[in-house]
Amino acid sequence: MNNNVFNLIITGVGGQGIITLVSILDEACFLQGYDVRSSELHGLSQRGGSVITHIRFGKKVYSPIVSARRADLIIGLELSEGLRGASFAGKNTIFVVNNYYMPFEGNLPKEEILNKLNNLIGKNMHLVPASKICEEKLQKQVLSGIYLLGFVAYKKFIPIKPEFILKAIENIIPKKYRELNIKALNLVNL
Amino acid sequence: MRKILLGNEAVVRGALASGVDFVSGYPGCPSAEIGDEFGKIAKDYGIYVEWSTNEKVALEAAIGASFSGLRSLVNMKSFGLNVCSDSLFSLAYTGTKAPMVIFVGDDPSCHSSAQSEQDSRGYAYLSKIPVLDPSTPQECYDFTKLGFEISEKFNIPVILRAATRVAHQRAPVEFEILKKKRPKKGEFVKNPYQFCTMPPRVLEMKKELLEKLEKVKLFAEKHPTNYEFNRITNKKIGVIASGVSYLYVREAMEELKLDLPVLKLGFFYPLPERKIKDFIKPLKKVLIVEELDPYLEKEIKRISKDANLKVKIHGKDLLPEIGELDQQKLAYAISKILKLKIKSFENSLKIENWKLKIPTRFPRLCQGCPYWHIFSVVKRVAPEGTIFGGDIGCNMIAGLPPHNIQDYLFSMGASMGISHGVSKSSKQKVISIIGDGTFFHAGIPGLINVVYNKSNPLIVVLDNRITAMTGHQPNPGMGKTAIGEDVRELKIEDIAEACGVKYIKVLDPINIKELEGVIAEFLQKDEVSLIICRRICALLEKELKEENE
Repeated sequence: MNNNVFNLIITGVGGQGIITLVSILDEACFLQGYDVRSSELHGLSQRGGSVITHIRFGKKVYSPIVSARRADLIIGLELSEGLRGASFAGKNTIFVVNNYYMPFEGNLPKEEILNKLNNLIGKNMHLVPASKICEEKLQKQVLSGIYLLGFVAYKKFIPIKPEFILKAIENIIPKKYRELNIKALNLVNL
Repeated sequence: MRKILLGNEAVVRGALASGVDFVSGYPGCPSAEIGDEFGKIAKDYGIYVEWSTNEKVALEAAIGASFSGLRSLVNMKSFGLNVCSDSLFSLAYTGTKAPMVIFVGDDPSCHSSAQSEQDSRGYAYLSKIPVLDPSTPQECYDFTKLGFEISEKFNIPVILRAATRVAHQRAPVEFEILKKKRPKKGEFVKNPYQFCTMPPRVLEMKKELLEKLEKVKLFAEKHPTNYEFNRITNKKIGVIASGVSYLYVREAMEELKLDLPVLKLGFFYPLPERKIKDFIKPLKKVLIVEELDPYLEKEIKRISKDANLKVKIHGKDLLPEIGELDQQKLAYAISKILKLKIKSFENSLKIENWKLKIPTRFPRLCQGCPYWHIFSVVKRVAPEGTIFGGDIGCNMIAGLPPHNIQDYLFSMGASMGISHGVSKSSKQKVISIIGDGTFFHAGIPGLINVVYNKSNPLIVVLDNRITAMTGHQPNPGMGKTAIGEDVRELKIEDIAEACGVKYIKVLDPINIKELEGVIAEFLQKDEVSLIICRRICALLEKELKEENE
């Protein structure tokens, strides 16, 4: 943490539920008593393109965006996008990347992305089959982000207590989907 | 109440706290959440809310409300200001009766903007309307209230301009929770002396406007929203910043462990010139920090020159005029001025995206989007050499791989005019693509021109029953208003017919064979022809299904 601020980057593909994830994290930070500021994008960039969102929290936060090389944690909801987040990484940055590949015209093969991730990041790289687990256990791949949130919280990769994330889900997610989101968050403990 | 809010949500709260009665706008990015949120709460708070046909109409609706004594908020993205500028300039002359705030979302770096990297602050000079520039969601709330206050005090509209990183920034905001209220009706009291801009009265109005601006300037000089930070230092180097740039300045100073004096400007126009002069007077060097155009820099150079000051003013010599700023660009600029060496490259993976060689993932059509069928059929059936006109909305994706059928893309509705011009000027066949929302917004005058001046493009209207790109706002073609009330659907085919188009076909684009046949047939016509591909947006269909479950 630089200047007592935790720098988090979440990357993925538009439509993967990233904005919901940011709202939950912001709320959890707020409930835990942090100052927090985040930045997201809507519109064109959300239509199946690359999405990079920034969340910064700590004692006092000014800028809503993370500086290059200063991320403490990068959560990638997709392999290529996880790799794309690397420009925000320093040598101690932790990567938690969903082992899920969304191809597009001209993309590198999955193996090449995986190789790059492993070679570049090495021991700080955590490859998590979040989409697969969510599909198997909950029949909803779109919950992979919430699963990864549980993963980073319970593994203490992020200084936010799981109880505040739970409370944040209660505050943010409509009642209809609340139970399912809480299940996804807690899957990692099963 | 203290809660995390998106900048745009904070604008809504600020307008509520200012007693707003009337909200009009046109959805765009990064402003659409304002109208969306108002649509949801309109009934509870007794507020009239609409999505208007376009931004000009939205502004004019609010002018009517203001003249009738209702407090109004207009919301739009940067380019909307271009569309409404015709009436905006007159509004500055007549002034408002009840207060009006115009929210404009700028998009530096063009994250979701196709047309240009517009710096809407420039409209301050053209229109002579005060412009406020917030940095944070808290300021979105506070400045909205301030905008209403200024508008009410001086009978002048106020523009609240927020960049994407402010409008789409989330942070804790302290705000007032309001009681629900009943809808209000105003009364239009006739006053042609003030509401009609006929000459020679119009020149008197200009004089009144200039006098008002002098008063607003005095107000700005004293207002705490333009404040100095770290003033009590004997440093000879200072910074002036506004909008989101101020946050990057503070962050960079934390990183570099500096305590330079900073003047934070909440007012972009009119500027508190005396305050600026007093701030720069004892300094040797000042860095002016603003995204995009060097408006502040030019003004402050003039202020310095007029006062015969010897201070060296830096700005765009050290900071880019293209794209967003960030704390690192600021750290670079500040360290240049202070002649510091930054050590921030330590501790890094020393990689950039280009070194990783990850291909760009362009936006694409959603799974199940009806446009998939249309683009592939159009591409297949169009003869070699066909020119493809593009327009704003989800159909812009026609220009990206794998479709690549877009030969020009400008502004809302521009495909109609440009396709007409190409069609008149060449022998080439033109297929011009436009969405339903854009057709209503600015396509119709262009279509009338096509018919009236006799050109023959094939116009394909992609009617997915919603304004989709900006987050599913209703439009005149789909039978719902902004607050979800039922209304008669305007049929694009009826409008086209009334405009004089002879060859019109409405079809469901999943009937590929039919679409192929009609395109082939219409391409043979010597006159303009129009195909309406009507099928609901796949995301909307899914949403409606889930709602009904």
